Amino acid sequence: MAKKTAAIVGSGNIGSDLMFKIMRRSTNVEVKYMIGVDPASDGLARAARLGITTSAEGVDWLLAQEELPDFVFECTSAKAHEANAPKYKAAGIHAIDLTPAAVGPYLAPVVNLDSLTDTMNVNMITCAGQATTPIVAAVSSVVPVEYAEIVASIASKSAGPGTRANVDEFTETTAKALEVVGGVKRGKAIIIINPVEPPMMMRNTIYAMIPAEAAVAGETQDKIRAAIDKAAADIRDYVPGYELRMEPQFEEAREDWGGFGRVGIWVQVAGAADYLPEYAGNLDIITAAATRTADLLSDKIDAARTAASVN
Amino acid sequence: MTAPMDTTFDIRLTDTTLRDGSHAMSHKFTEEHVRSVVRALDDSRVEVIEVTHGDGLGGSSFNYGFSLTPELDLIKAAVDEAKQAKIAVLMLPGLGTIHDLNQAHEVGASVARIATHCTEADVSIQHFQHARKLGMETVGFLMLSHRVSPEELAKQARIMADAGCQCVYVVDSAGALILDDVSDRVSALVSELGNDAQVGFHGHQNMSFGVANSVFAVRAGAKQIDGTLMALGAGAGNSPTEVLAAAFDRLDIKTGVDIQGLMGAAEDIVKPFITRMPVMDRASIMQGYAGVYSSFLIHAERAAERYGVPAYKILEEVGKAGYVGGQEDMIVDVAVQLAAAK
Repeated sequence: MAKKTAAIVGSGNIGSDLMFKIMRRSTNVEVKYMIGVDPASDGLARAARLGITTSAEGVDWLLAQEELPDFVFECTSAKAHEANAPKYKAAGIHAIDLTPAAVGPYLAPVVNLDSLTDTMNVNMITCAGQATTPIVAAVSSVVPVEYAEIVASIASKSAGPGTRANVDEFTETTAKALEVVGGVKRGKAIIIINPVEPPMMMRNTIYAMIPAEAAVAGETQDKIRAAIDKAAADIRDYVPGYELRMEPQFEEAREDWGGFGRVGIWVQVAGAADYLPEYAGNLDIITAAATRTADLLSDKIDAARTAASVN
Repeated sequence: MTAPMDTTFDIRLTDTTLRDGSHAMSHKFTEEHVRSVVRALDDSRVEVIEVTHGDGLGGSSFNYGFSLTPELDLIKAAVDEAKQAKIAVLMLPGLGTIHDLNQAHEVGASVARIATHCTEADVSIQHFQHARKLGMETVGFLMLSHRVSPEELAKQARIMADAGCQCVYVVDSAGALILDDVSDRVSALVSELGNDAQVGFHGHQNMSFGVANSVFAVRAGAKQIDGTLMALGAGAGNSPTEVLAAAFDRLDIKTGVDIQGLMGAAEDIVKPFITRMPVMDRASIMQGYAGVYSSFLIHAERAAERYGVPAYKILEEVGKAGYVGGQEDMIVDVAVQLAAAK
């Protein structure tokens, strides 16, 4: 089947990394358009050199084209996506939203793609959400998790102006996704920006509150370990630099933890360095997740069409 | 616009026993602790008293330790107890949020102290703007100030001042600054900020310079100085408020506080409930020497016990890796690596 087409809206760092990622790694999708708002943008010039149709005239230009893309990747801002989302919908284009707008449901492709009924607009949460919700979901698939907390550390150089101006939005969105996608009762997210040179790789520490009996060696604990390993392997399939730094650390129940135990999981995310440097695993994991989402949705669309033509 | 301050005094002391001291108490303050300390500080005419989880609003967590008493209850009790003092809260963007700040303001906190790593001031812009909109007095904390040059620190202070911060602190989170290191930084901030904002200093005792550094800070133009009773705080503790008061009095630097009252508060109120006296020991001296965030100490001691490697070694490695405030989770990572290398 011919590859589906995509437009990338937003020609900054994320849009540029996504462009390379789709070109190099997508099985089902090709980039047809790159849309910006600044004619002098480096990102647009780079895309044009690679043979992609570019425009600095925004989304209205895109929607006026004769051949509309199957997918649009929103790499602008939450505010811009809120304005654009109804237009994509009216045009029948699948929107994959990399901003924190959350017009559509949160999506971690290895966790909840199959459970979503409406996938015309999906939200990629945050980088930390992509790095941690699958692990949290893995733990909560084995035992009930009252509370999960994640600490994401990113290199100062990889924290763009959008993240810096809206750090509250980042932590609140990620915490909510731990609940909605990770399946825990209450989530908390912390982000730390570290300026050390050379820049540190993206790190995520995930703590899940677990029943006391799961915190001691035994069958339940083995199941939790296996579920974590599987989730990490599933992510590694599209983020090769995703690794567990050590075995999950189980700690027995404590009084100040309300009689619960804890499992801690330490993750490092090295980027694929498609455009942004290796340390920017935080940016890589979200563009990689968006690419994987488009490939999976593409299969779903084809399957639905095949089913329709058979009937 | 600078903070409102009584001009009859040269500097203003802020006591943070009930915030920085929370680290040393493993965040187990009770409402009675808070009431008795606030009463004593208030009676001794301390103008600003900070009450929050050691890591600021929202700090109660696996990573930093859960609060025994919800911090809003503690803040509320402090507000209730204080007759003249303002109650301050700390928040670290990335950990606490505007939502937390609103809640603290609702229960009566009137000073918002917003802390970032010394190179990342721009993450605090939305919080300063919001705190000012709430009508709160604002203070900015540039943590681990030893990690950058005075010039770079001054640029970061400018970002905070432009966002609405009324006093930017040189925060020696690691107790790593020594005398001129402080003067140079405070001077750079004073000359950058001029009348736009005051400059403050927050010292730690890891290498015993807390009080001396505070004197140097005042001589370089600092107008707000932090301390804690009995030095109760992270690492080897903070500049002791009662010693600051006595030393400033001897130097004829007017603070307006009651020195006898503060000595009594330290001795009779705080000392009896301290579970772990701040001390300059091998691990905390290493924090000052290697420039490690002071609140990592107890976490490093716990990891040392669990993984069988010395706390001072963990802290030394943490310093080399350049971890910043809030990265307590990396302590386990470092300990596991050290244990594997044994």
